[in-house]
This record gives sequence, structure tokens and C-alpha cells, in this order.
Amino acid sequence: MKHWSVYGSIGLAAVVFAALPLVTDSNTVLNAMVTAMIIALAAQGWNVLGGYGGQLSFGHAAFFGTGAYADAILQASCGVNAYAALAIATAAGGLVGLAIGFLSFRAGLRGSYFTLVTLAFAEVFRIVANAAPVTGAASGTLIKLDVRAVNFQFASRAIYFWIILALVAATMLLMRGIEQRRFGAWLIAVRENEDAAKALGVDTLRVKLQAITLSAAMTALAGGFYAQYYLFVDSTIAYGSWISVEALLATIIGGIGTVFGPVFGALALYFLGEFAKYITGRAPGIDLAFYGTLLILVVAFARDGVQGLLSKAAGAVARAGKSA
Amino acid sequence: MFALPLLVASILNGLMTGAVYALIAVGLTLVYGVLHIINFAHGAILTAAMFAAFLAFRAGIDPYLAMVPLALLFFGLGYAMQRLVIGPASHGDDRNILLVTLGLAIVIENLLLAAFKSDTRTIEVPYGFATIDLGFTFVVVPLAIGFAVSCAAAALLWVLLARTDTGKAIRAVAKEKLGAALAGIDVAHIYAVTFGLGAACLAVAACLLLPTYYVNPRVGNAYVLVAFTIVVLGGMGSIAGAIAGGLFIGVVESLSGLFFGESLGQLGIFLIFILVLLVRPTGLFGARA
Repeated sequence: MKHWSVYGSIGLAAVVFAALPLVTDSNTVLNAMVTAMIIALAAQGWNVLGGYGGQLSFGHAAFFGTGAYADAILQASCGVNAYAALAIATAAGGLVGLAIGFLSFRAGLRGSYFTLVTLAFAEVFRIVANAAPVTGAASGTLIKLDVRAVNFQFASRAIYFWIILALVAATMLLMRGIEQRRFGAWLIAVRENEDAAKALGVDTLRVKLQAITLSAAMTALAGGFYAQYYLFVDSTIAYGSWISVEALLATIIGGIGTVFGPVFGALALYFLGEFAKYITGRAPGIDLAFYGTLLILVVAFARDGVQGLLSKAAGAVARAGKSA
Repeated sequence: MFALPLLVASILNGLMTGAVYALIAVGLTLVYGVLHIINFAHGAILTAAMFAAFLAFRAGIDPYLAMVPLALLFFGLGYAMQRLVIGPASHGDDRNILLVTLGLAIVIENLLLAAFKSDTRTIEVPYGFATIDLGFTFVVVPLAIGFAVSCAAAALLWVLLARTDTGKAIRAVAKEKLGAALAGIDVAHIYAVTFGLGAACLAVAACLLLPTYYVNPRVGNAYVLVAFTIVVLGGMGSIAGAIAGGLFIGVVESLSGLFFGESLGQLGIFLIFILVLLVRPTGLFGARA
């Protein structure tokens, strides 16, 4: 019974959330929520490798950007159908993840070294995308505006919101499934003590490669959806460090290595960002300075982020209920 | 083919810029060697130091005169940052340290952005374009000063590490933290001193860069990625490696700028970075990974 309750909570949360467009038709609200869900999806990907696997990446932009560019270029230059393009973009991101993982994990890179190499790969991709003709170089790639369902283009933002919400919910169910299977246990074993896991017979290289492939594919899916929603990509959006940082921040602030963490985090970032802008009068960068402070505070005082605080609060309420 | 004088001038320029890169990398590698972490706030601290030098110039103080006071100030700031923020917040876990330094980088960079906006600023100094005639080529005065001061700063740091008690304590902590603690060394203090020294290197580098370079809230990132490359190339934790690596990367950047143009010049550096990480992560001088 207890195992199923998490699946139930995910489903229930998704359904409640899906009612949002029925309550408001404000484009600002829907737009903000679509963006928050894109970050949540990218963060969900980061969480597979960084949260469960303990391999901190500062370069998930490499996957987000590959997804975004693949989605845009396949449609703009090759005339591929939008849905097929998104699927191929997801696979392409997974492949890039596998390739980077193969190169760096095979070379035995761990800890700080792995973090550095991910950062460097993302920068290389950004510089190349900013210069290569196939990506439209500095001027970027546009997807032609043609609002029809067959093109994955909708007049109403609510439909985009429902789609991204469904994608986020699906990845959450997937992560819950992984948590309960052997793969999840192996991944956590790699995080807690890689040498010990290896000594006990876990094929750590294989586990890490599977994790980075899945992680990259999820983040690439977020990137592809981003391109589909805004119909434009350039090298700063796709491969810029902003998404590497936000995917990481959302996961850690929400609760690293938990199913709900990335989503809590993405929503928390949005509301905190708006709050920070509100109290400081919209000075540029102030929201990010606020996020950075929060990151340090979470690492220092609340290792499990929002998720941890919520379950602590729920525990306190339950105890209070019992004693009353 | 390029004419020989142009090539010589380009190599010379590369060596002089490379010396300042080396100084930035020395700060990074020193912190890695002792604390065994990569300080992701290194670039942001450099940017902060460049703004400090910029403000000093606004107040009428030449960057070269501001160098020593700023180095002392940043030593203090670095000391406090490690002692009061990074140390307590990370509970001694390596992954936490990475995240806390990243958090600090985000905070510093964006507070600078909020305070100074994203405008790019430069300063005008009378010697900005002065040159020295070496007979076969010309040398820009600020670059030559940068080279000389970087060498002096590296020498000073070496004397400090090799000849003083504090230096001995730093080396002891780098080798064996627990043993050092048992011998009565205050490890938290030494960590903070090391971090402070790294920040002081950045303050000196900032004062050397400002006369010929611009400053904006993101300027440190460009340098820090170069510094990462140098540190990895020279072997993490090796000061001699950082100096050799810095000079090498300076020349590579200068030459690839000459052959391939500015925008792809950076690419060469990253490819070297990735190659070294994958093929020989211990670097050319490093002893261990």
C-alpha cells in the first residue's frame, strides 16, 4: 500500500495543478508556470545524475541546448514533423550524454574533475553553436510560426501547460519506479561510496553511463520543449550557463535526490524570484543573488530542501495530532 | 605565412598575458592543493577585485598603487569567506564545498550586476598605450609591468610557503590534515589563510589587468575558465605547474588568435582542457589525481 501512495500523490498533484488554466486565463501566470515546468523537467534530469548518482554536473546546458537545437533545426532546415523532431531531440540529448559520460567516466573522472569537464563541454558547445552555420551561428534558429496542432503549435498557452505538466508527471513516475528498482539502489550506492559499490559487484561504470544518458535525455526533452514553446533558439539560450545553474538550483533547493524535489524547487525559485524583485524594485540580477544565498543556506542548514522541510512539518503536525 | 617579427611579437605578448593568467591560476591551484576543492567562486572574486580597483581609480588612486592595499583587503575577505561561510556551511563534505562556492559565485556576480548594471567599463591611464622599443619588437608597458609583477608575486608566494612557519603549516595541512592537526596546527585557520592568499593573488591580478582590459560583472568567468585549464594542465595543486601552464596557455591563446581569429581562439583552450582532463587528468606536473 505504502509504495503506491507516492504514485497516488504524483497523480493527484498533477490533476490539481492541471486545473490551473480553469481558474485563471492570465497569460502571465500561464507563461510563468510553463517556464517553471520546463525548469522542473530539466532539473528532473539533473537530479538523476546529480541527486541520485552524486555526480555533480555544472554543464547540463550541453544537453538542454542539444535538445533545443535539434528540435529547432530538424523542423526549420529538414522539414521534420514537430513531434518526431522532439522525440529525435530527446534521443540526441541522450546520445550526447552517453558520449560525454563515456569519455569522462572511462577516464576515471570523479568529483571536482567530473564537474569541471561538464562545464568545459557546455562551453565548447556554446562556442561552436555561436559560430557554426548549421545552428544559424550568432543569429540563432527560428521555427516557422504555423499554429496548427499537427505542428505542435497551439494558440492557447493552457495546452502547452498541460503537455509540459504531463511530461513532468511522467518523469516523476519514472523516477519513483527507478527508486524502487535495483537500478535506483545501485545509483545511490555509487553516490554514497563508489569504491564500496564496486567491491560489492556493482558495475559502477555501466550504472553511471545509464544514469547520464537518462539524465541528459530528460534535460534535452526540456530543451526541445523550450524551443517548441518559444519557436526560437540561440547559443546563449541553449548552451548558456543559466540552465545549468537553474537545473541544479531547483533540484537542491527543492530537495536533492527526491522525486518531488525538482518540482518544488522550480516553483519555489519562481515565487522567490518574484518576491525578491518585488522587495528590491527589479534591480537586475537580484533574484539570482537571492537564489545563490538560498543555495548556501540549504546546503548549510536544510540538506533536503523544501521537500525535507515539508516532511518535517508534516511529521510535527502528525505528532501534534496524536498527542492532542 | 606570417612574417617572423609578427610571430615573435605574438609569442612575447602571449608570455606576458600568460604571466597574469599564471597568477590567477596559482591562487586557484593553491586552494586546491590545500583544501582539495575547486573554488568555483574564483572568477567572481576576480571580478569583485577588478571593480574594487576600478572604484579606487575613480577615487584617484592608480591601479598599481592600489595593488598592495587591495591585496591585503582581499586577503581579509578571503579569510573571512572560508572561515565564516564555506567552512561552516559545507560540513566538510566535498560536494557541499563545490555547491557553496558556486552559490558564492552566483551571489557575488549578481550583486555586482545589481550595483553596476551590465555596462562594460574601462579606465584611461596615461601609460595605457606606452611602448618600449626592444630593437626587434615593441612591448606594451602595462603588459610588461603585468609580467614583472606576476613574477614577483609568484616569487613572494614561494618564499612564504618555503621559508615561513605559516608556509610550513600550509604545506603540512596540504599533505596530511589529521597529522597536522595532531601536531597542534589549527587546520580551520590554515584553510582560511590559504583561501585568503588565493584571493590576494586575484587582487594583484585585477590591478594588473585593469589598465589594459575592461571590467563588467561577468568578466571573471572568461579568466576563470582559462585558469581551470591552466590548473588542470599544470596538475591540480602544483604551483610550478600553474606558472608553466599559464605561460603556455598565454602563448597558445595569442597564436590561435593570430591564426584563427578571436572568437575561435578560446576554443583551442577548451579543447586542450578537455583533452588533458580525459587523457592525463594528473596534468603535466601533477603527482596524483
